Amino acid sequence: MVMATKVALDGAHAVSEAMRQIDPDVVAAYPITPQTAVVQRFSQFVADGRVNTEFVAVESEHAAMSACVGAAAAGGRVMTATAANGLALMWEMLYIAASMRLPIVMPVVNRALSGPLNIHCDHSDSMGARDAGWIQLYSETAQEAYDNTIQAIRIAEHADLKLPVMVMQDGFITGHGVERVEVADDKDVREFIGKYAPEHSLLDIDNPKTFGAWDMYDYYFEHKRQQTDAFSKAMPIITAVGKEFGSRFGRNYGIFDAFEMDDAEMAIIVLSSTAGTCRTVVRDMRKQGVKIGMLKLRVFRPFPAAELARALSRVRAVAVLDRSISFGAHEGAGPIFMELCSALFAAGSDAKVVDYIFGLGGRDIFPQHIEQVVHDLKEIASSGKVKSQVSYLGLRE
Amino acid sequence: MIEVRIHGRGGQGAVIASEVLADAVFRAGSYVQSFPAFGVERRGAPVAAFLRFDDQPVRLRCQVYHPDHVMVLDPSLMQVVDVTAGLKDGGWILINSEQPPASFALPSQFRTATVDASAIAIRHRLGPQTAPIVNTAILGAFAYVTGLVKLDMLEVAVRETVPIKPDSNVAAMREAFGAVQCEGKAQP
Repeated sequence: MVMATKVALDGAHAVSEAMRQIDPDVVAAYPITPQTAVVQRFSQFVADGRVNTEFVAVESEHAAMSACVGAAAAGGRVMTATAANGLALMWEMLYIAASMRLPIVMPVVNRALSGPLNIHCDHSDSMGARDAGWIQLYSETAQEAYDNTIQAIRIAEHADLKLPVMVMQDGFITGHGVERVEVADDKDVREFIGKYAPEHSLLDIDNPKTFGAWDMYDYYFEHKRQQTDAFSKAMPIITAVGKEFGSRFGRNYGIFDAFEMDDAEMAIIVLSSTAGTCRTVVRDMRKQGVKIGMLKLRVFRPFPAAELARALSRVRAVAVLDRSISFGAHEGAGPIFMELCSALFAAGSDAKVVDYIFGLGGRDIFPQHIEQVVHDLKEIASSGKVKSQVSYLGLRE
Repeated sequence: MIEVRIHGRGGQGAVIASEVLADAVFRAGSYVQSFPAFGVERRGAPVAAFLRFDDQPVRLRCQVYHPDHVMVLDPSLMQVVDVTAGLKDGGWILINSEQPPASFALPSQFRTATVDASAIAIRHRLGPQTAPIVNTAILGAFAYVTGLVKLDMLEVAVRETVPIKPDSNVAAMREAFGAVQCEGKAQP
C-alpha cells in the first residue's frame, strides 16, 4: 500500500510538488504567467533546502532552454517550465534539445500566443511546437498534471527513447484552479523514477565525446531518421509507464481516455480541461439515449494514429475540438483535426469528421456549446452530409 | 453541487478568499474547484473568483454563471457590477457594508446580508486602514449565513493558506461570524 496525502492544490503547485519529489539536478527557468507559480514554489523549495537542485535564474527562456541543454548534456536530470511566448522564445533550443536526444522534462501551462496580447488559455503555444521533436502529454486536471510530470521522467529517460517531454495543463483553468490532488509519498515517487544513469556525459572525461557536432549532408539526414525511429518506439513505452504508474499509485494512464465509447456511434475528440465539461454533457446525453462517446487525448506527440483509427472504427461521425488554429490550413482547421483526418484516411475509414475551433485566448466554453456539437453530430450521422467542415464555438460573428 | 461567486477589487483578497474556502470545504470531505477570473490584475480593479464543491468529483470547467451564493467584498461594486447576475432564487448576497441589508433594496427572491468586514479588518490591523484586507472577515460571515462551512474548518484553512498574521485573520473571521445583519433567516 502506497502512502498518499490528499491536498487542495492548484495545477501549478501540483506540478511544483512533483518537481520537488523528482529533485532534478538542474532547473533553469524564467517566469511567465501562468507558469510563474510553478517556478516560484519550486524556487522556494530550493531556498528552503528541500531539494538538492542547482537552480539557474536566467535572463530569458532562450537562455533557460540553453542552460537545460548544457546541463542535460553534462548528464544531469534536468527540468524547466514555461508558457506561451516563453515557449516561443525557446523555439530554436527546443529542436536542439530534441536532436541531441536530451531527456529534459518541461511542464507547460498552456496560454495563447500574442498578439493581440492575451494571457489566457489556448493551445497555440504547444501546438506550434508540435514538430520540434518533443513528446507531448496533455492533462485534464491538476492530478493528471502531477501524475504526468512524474511519468514524463521515466518516458524521457527510457534507453530506447532519450527524448524530451512537455507536460501540458490549461492555463488558469487548471493552472490556477484549486482542486483535490493526491500527492504520493516522496519515497514512492523516487523509487518509481529511479536514479538517472545517462549513457553519455560531457563530464565523463575518461570517455570523451563530442556533443552538438557539425553535421552536414553526410549524416544530418540519418540523425533525423533516428529521431523519427525513436518516436515510433515511444507509444508502447508511454503505455507501459502508465500501466506501471497505475499499479503503484492506483491511477491508470493510457494513450487516451475513452469515455462511453463501447457502443458509441458518434464521438468527440478533445484535449485537457475541456474534457471535463464534455464528460458532463456526454453523461447527460447518454441518459437521453444518445449514443455519444468521448476520447480525451493524453498523448499528442507521438500521434496515436492507429490506436485512434481502431477506437473510432465503428463511429459514423466525429467532432474534433481544437483550441488552436493552423493558419492557412484546410478551411483554417486546427492541428488535431488534420492529424485525425490523415489517420482515418490512412486506415480507410469512411467516418465523417468535423472540426470546432474553440476557447482561443481563454474564451469560455459551456455545456451548451458541447450540446450544439452533439446536435450537429446527430444530423451528420443520420444524413451522412457535412454542412461545415470547420466551425467555431462561442465566437461572435 | 454548490457554486459560489466572489466579487472584489484587486488587493482585497477575493482570490485568496476562494482558495481558503475551497481548502476548508475540502477538509470537510468535499470535492472542490476554485479559480479566479483574471483580467488585468491591478489594485482596485473589479475582480471575481469562483468556487464549486460537491460530494463527487467536479468535472465542469467553465466559469460560474448561475451561482447559489454571492459575496461582495466592496459595496461600491454594487454600482458597477451586476452582482445578482445568474444568481439562483433563494441565494444569499453577502455584502461588506455597515448599512443594513434593506438599504440595498435587492430583489426579494434573493436573501441579502451585510457585515462590516472593513471595520473588523481595520480593528485587527489587516492591511492599511484605507484599503483593509477583508477576505477572512467576509468568510466568517459566509459561514454564518449559509452554514455551508464550519468555522473550525475555516480556521485551519486560514492558518494553512493565508501567508501572514494568522491569529488576527482568525480573530477577524470569528468576529464577523457574530456580526452579520440578515434579511431573512440565516442557517448557522
